[in-house]
Amino acid sequence: MKHDLILRVGVKLLLPFMLLFALYVQFHGDFGPGGGFQAGVIAAAMVILYAVIWGVPAARRVVPMGLVERMIPAGVLIYAGTGVMGLALGGNYLDYFVLLHDPAHGQEWGIFAVEAGVFVTVSGTMTAIFYTFAERER
Amino acid sequence: MALLTMMVVATFGILRLGNLFAVVILGGIYSFLMATVLVVLDAVDVAMTEASVGAGISTVLMLGTLYLTKVEEAAPVRRSILPLLIALGVGAVLAYGTFDFPPFGVAEAPIHQHVVPRYLAKSVEETMVPNVVTAVLASYRGYDTLGETTVIFTAGIGVLLLLRGGRKGAGARGSKEGGA
Repeated sequence: MKHDLILRVGVKLLLPFMLLFALYVQFHGDFGPGGGFQAGVIAAAMVILYAVIWGVPAARRVVPMGLVERMIPAGVLIYAGTGVMGLALGGNYLDYFVLLHDPAHGQEWGIFAVEAGVFVTVSGTMTAIFYTFAERER
Repeated sequence: MALLTMMVVATFGILRLGNLFAVVILGGIYSFLMATVLVVLDAVDVAMTEASVGAGISTVLMLGTLYLTKVEEAAPVRRSILPLLIALGVGAVLAYGTFDFPPFGVAEAPIHQHVVPRYLAKSVEETMVPNVVTAVLASYRGYDTLGETTVIFTAGIGVLLLLRGGRKGAGARGSKEGGA
């Protein structure tokens, strides 16, 4: 689809807003619908749209497979690490109350860290699955 | 009701059509209809997930799979009545199970009784997060969400190993044979 001018220009206009929307869903998840999972999928959809229009090699130059592969375990580690932080600071596993002095603030930050972990794993997994699917030869 | 009718139509379309491209697109339409139903039910978070995963990513992955296979559905090897009977039986049992459900939206339903009132009353105070869904998912039910993230991690690793492992294994075998 590299030669389709309308698609190329249209998608080029769309991509930054998709990323912005993903970040909005991520950081506004505390107030409105959404959270790490949805935001991760939207961010992955942006990479996939780019790959569909410009081809997978171009997308892999922007978002390399090595990065995507590392994102999959990194998110789980962020999530589990937040839990270990709670342990280290004297609480139970995945206890956010102890993260900051104010328990409610600790909760807020704990939720933020955990959602970030979910985002990293989900977007990495979705992009990696798409890359491997798209690169198989007939 | 109109949405549910359209979903039934989409389902029959999926069943009847032999062209798998049309089936995949109908599947995407079905997911979007489902997302709209969830919006009507005020489950916006779930609707968002359904629209992005069900209609977005899975449709793209199915199209990618179609590219690797044939677009036309293969003729069944043999027509058997048993799977149809099993499907009808399971469907009937599930429908029978719904008769015991509490009426829709009733406050006395068990799901609104146990911990939900406490979550609704205390979550803003305890977590400073106004969206109760986020508070429940990430804090009160943090273990469950950690499990879900691990499931996604496992699924991703599994797919990567299945789709790429074979080729790499073949390459390793080839080099070993070359060395011998």
